[in-house]
Amino acid sequence: MPDLLLELRSEEIPARMQRRAAEDLKKLVTDALVERGFLYEGAKAFATPRRLALHVAGLPARGEAVREERRGPRVGAPEAAVQGFLKSAGLSSLDQATTVTDPKKGEFYLAVIERPGRETLDVLAEILPGIIKSFPWPKSMRWGAASAQPGSLRWVRPLQSIVATFGPETETPEVVPFSVDGITAGTVTRGHRFLAPEPFEVRRFDDYVPALERAEVILDADRRKDIILHDAKDLAFARGLDLVEDEGLLEEVAGLVERPVVLMGSFEERFLEIPAEAIRATIRANQKCFVLRKSGSDELAPAFVLVSNLVASDGGAAITAGNERVVRARLSDARFFWETDKATKLEDRLPKLDSIVFHEKLGTQGERVARIAALAQEIAPLVGADPALAERAARLAKADLVTEMVGEFPELQGLMGRKYAALQGEHPSVAAAIEEHYKPVGPSDRVPTDPVSIAVALADKLDTLVGFWAIDEKPTGSKDPYALRRAALGVTRLVLTSHSRIHLIELAKKLVGVFEGSISEDSIWRVAATSSDEFATKPFDREEMLAMIASDLLAFFADRLKVYLRDQGARHDLIDAVFALPGQDDLLLVVRRVEALGEFLSTDDGKNLLAGYKRAANILRIEEKKDGRAYDEAPDAGLAASGEPEERALAEALAAARHEASAAVAAEDFAGAMRALSRLRAPVDAFFEKVTVNADDPALRKNRLLLLNALRAATREVADFSRIEG
Amino acid sequence: MPSDADLSPTRSFQGLILTLQRFWAAKGCVILQPYDMEVGAGTFHPATTLRALGPKPWKAAYVQPSRRPKDGRYGENPNRLQHYYQFQVILKPNPPNLQELYLASLEAIGVDLKLHDIRFVEDDWESPTLGAWGLGWECWCDGMEVSQFTYFQQVAGFECAPVAGELTYGLERLAMYVQGVENVYDLNFNGGEGDEKVTYGDVFLQAEQEYSRHNFEAADTKMLFRHFADAEKACRLYLDAGAPESEGARHRIVQPAYDQCIKASHVFNLLDARGVISVTERQSYILRVRELAKACGAAWLKTDAGGHSGDRAAAA
Repeated sequence: MPDLLLELRSEEIPARMQRRAAEDLKKLVTDALVERGFLYEGAKAFATPRRLALHVAGLPARGEAVREERRGPRVGAPEAAVQGFLKSAGLSSLDQATTVTDPKKGEFYLAVIERPGRETLDVLAEILPGIIKSFPWPKSMRWGAASAQPGSLRWVRPLQSIVATFGPETETPEVVPFSVDGITAGTVTRGHRFLAPEPFEVRRFDDYVPALERAEVILDADRRKDIILHDAKDLAFARGLDLVEDEGLLEEVAGLVERPVVLMGSFEERFLEIPAEAIRATIRANQKCFVLRKSGSDELAPAFVLVSNLVASDGGAAITAGNERVVRARLSDARFFWETDKATKLEDRLPKLDSIVFHEKLGTQGERVARIAALAQEIAPLVGADPALAERAARLAKADLVTEMVGEFPELQGLMGRKYAALQGEHPSVAAAIEEHYKPVGPSDRVPTDPVSIAVALADKLDTLVGFWAIDEKPTGSKDPYALRRAALGVTRLVLTSHSRIHLIELAKKLVGVFEGSISEDSIWRVAATSSDEFATKPFDREEMLAMIASDLLAFFADRLKVYLRDQGARHDLIDAVFALPGQDDLLLVVRRVEALGEFLSTDDGKNLLAGYKRAANILRIEEKKDGRAYDEAPDAGLAASGEPEERALAEALAAARHEASAAVAAEDFAGAMRALSRLRAPVDAFFEKVTVNADDPALRKNRLLLLNALRAATREVADFSRIEG
Repeated sequence: MPSDADLSPTRSFQGLILTLQRFWAAKGCVILQPYDMEVGAGTFHPATTLRALGPKPWKAAYVQPSRRPKDGRYGENPNRLQHYYQFQVILKPNPPNLQELYLASLEAIGVDLKLHDIRFVEDDWESPTLGAWGLGWECWCDGMEVSQFTYFQQVAGFECAPVAGELTYGLERLAMYVQGVENVYDLNFNGGEGDEKVTYGDVFLQAEQEYSRHNFEAADTKMLFRHFADAEKACRLYLDAGAPESEGARHRIVQPAYDQCIKASHVFNLLDARGVISVTERQSYILRVRELAKACGAAWLKTDAGGHSGDRAAAA
């Protein structure tokens, strides 16, 4: 079966776009083939800095013939209908059509259209130019003399040549005949820019790959990555060092070379006084080099691994020396930043935050810091932190944003603040909190354990959430530009891992109040209005609106918590059952209650009680509907006592269980509350077995319904059982 | 007297400049002298900004002293300067072998391509003040960025048709590289040895110190704010004064207006270095300069050099 080889050779393609472009090329070409009925056995795409290549194996030489019958109008139909039929069927006159007789509708024209299978080569020549012209590069450009005309070809960088051949293994493949904007597909390509710049011919994929290798080009990015990683580790090992692996950097570097040559350079020991993270940041971001560790230690070594694109005639000595010089200059800069930063105390930098806008509607970083400091101080006692330390840490937490080092390497925010804080003799918890208040950044990021860090991290995230809520910048669908979901998940994880007791509604209400000054009344009203339909029409007071925003935010937390707990394996219906109770804004208690509920429902007592509850709820639903009233008052104890023994037993058990469960919940003993409920199982089962609810005596019937309602009420002490599935 | 050898690009700063000028002169470029105004980069020179617009072919190369007030380091940083030289090449339309020409120019200044690792690393260029953008690369030599290579797509808010290729060589960096020097102030400027040797520091160290003081501490911000407003006003005034007299006629005062746009841009950079422009204001200043640049670009397209096809009013 014949193969397609396609190579699009251009000037240097940005590293970050290569992999995606190769995949796009494969998908576009194979989809277009399949769409036209051409199936293939396999396809693989490749990218280097200077070429995209595609190999599609096992294509047919030509497509299958198609026979199609097309039914036309009735014989004797109006001329216009006949002409339309002839046109659509590609016939020149009715002589070319046959007629068929339909028993019901009479005689019709029929066109039999037979199309021979098309040559795959022709189909490729038809498909490829369009794919090249509309290739989905994230950014593309025009170039050269052709760009004087509108509609000239766009590519990621100037496209230099196209190789496109098609044919079976045993014969010389044919060139796919097409051209795009003056570039004609052929068989000629070039190798490595410096090592093998001469043009050469290729015929098919099987000789293309080795020909490129001879021309010092390794086509497969994964092979380039393997070579780099392997050689880098070897070099490191030979010097008694460990490579600090970095997948992102490896991927990028593999996209910067066609022929990787790994070399090692070194720098002066004295630069190691710069924080290791800053050394790594500068060497990685600016030089795209890997750093190394002293073997078996966490300490950086004064050396780096660089990946060049050249087999140099001096073995790489000049390249290494050149890179060392640049690294040295970069490290001198970093040391300059480090030294300069150290000369100014963090608190002295704070005024600068007043001129940095955090968000147009939420004021400056300076204002934000003031809010976070006040909040951290307030939260501190709730999480077991010293309020003064929390306040101090929050006040300094953003100061490193205006240091030289963070200005140069934004990814070092927090970390540099911690270093500078430690140097100026801040309390260790304060220093730690400056770094850790950003945490946890994602679902798998570490959650800080120092109470001061927790207080500041909570304050930082709550301020963000409430602020954006207040100005109505909530996440919608997949859009969450301020990472508010992440912040809410962060709060959730912080609260749960630290076992902190925080009433979010209260805090949120207070915070919304803080924002009141800095946000327009309009926007509060708008938020409140969108939170509830009723608010849009009725006049309402301000207090109510603030509460509205806070409870809307709480619902967001509930959603985040659900996602989080579901990931931990908890049942979402149990979470719903707990959140359905009023005032559930203490995440820790919610989780404990969900856990206790889950355990209870896994016992026989729990399962049966749930079944009993469902039965009771069903009966109540039907009877309440029938009678047009709710049975929600307390049952008559005397009447129950004089009834059946099971009725009496249930009434007594309910009174006791409800009282006990309520007391246990008040003491936050959820397992105890569940135990109390579990004692209802036997009386409930016995009641349903022996007692007829719909008694003939209306008073008796009513009281029995009220007993069932008491069961419903008792279970509500721990959760809304109606939300529980099963 | 210095011998000829002293003017080799690897031995003297001026030798490097002369070599690049010769190289590009041989490729048909007009060799211009620096524009006589303070600019942040060689791109601001009207020979690039304005000439990149319109259909007419254009090839030029020149050195442009460039001022980045914020980059001043009082002469204490071996790599950062608030005043430095760029060597600028502009070719419109870009020839198909521009990368090869660029590499040949590196060989001409003494970079052996068999020994050194030259890389084209993605760098999309954008000048918000000029309303310009292009795609291209930073060119790395052994890990050091030595040039910018850009295919202009848009300038002053107008599509470039045809596209021009722009090369910008950072002369100090290149010179440090080929001379093997680690501190810019140690560069041999004139190629002399012993008493005859003049270093980059001899020429510029004092200036760096003085201008750093000026840029960060002394520059008269009141005056500068005034100058900004004046330049903005003057730019508009000149554009109005030279506006086509009738539909389809030529614009007659573009370059003097563009000078005022350049001036506004530099004054803004000075104010920025003095730290008197807040983050929010910053954006609006940039926009104001861009509006000037766009107006100048639009006017340029109505001139002869901008490709205006004929003075229909005059012909009529």
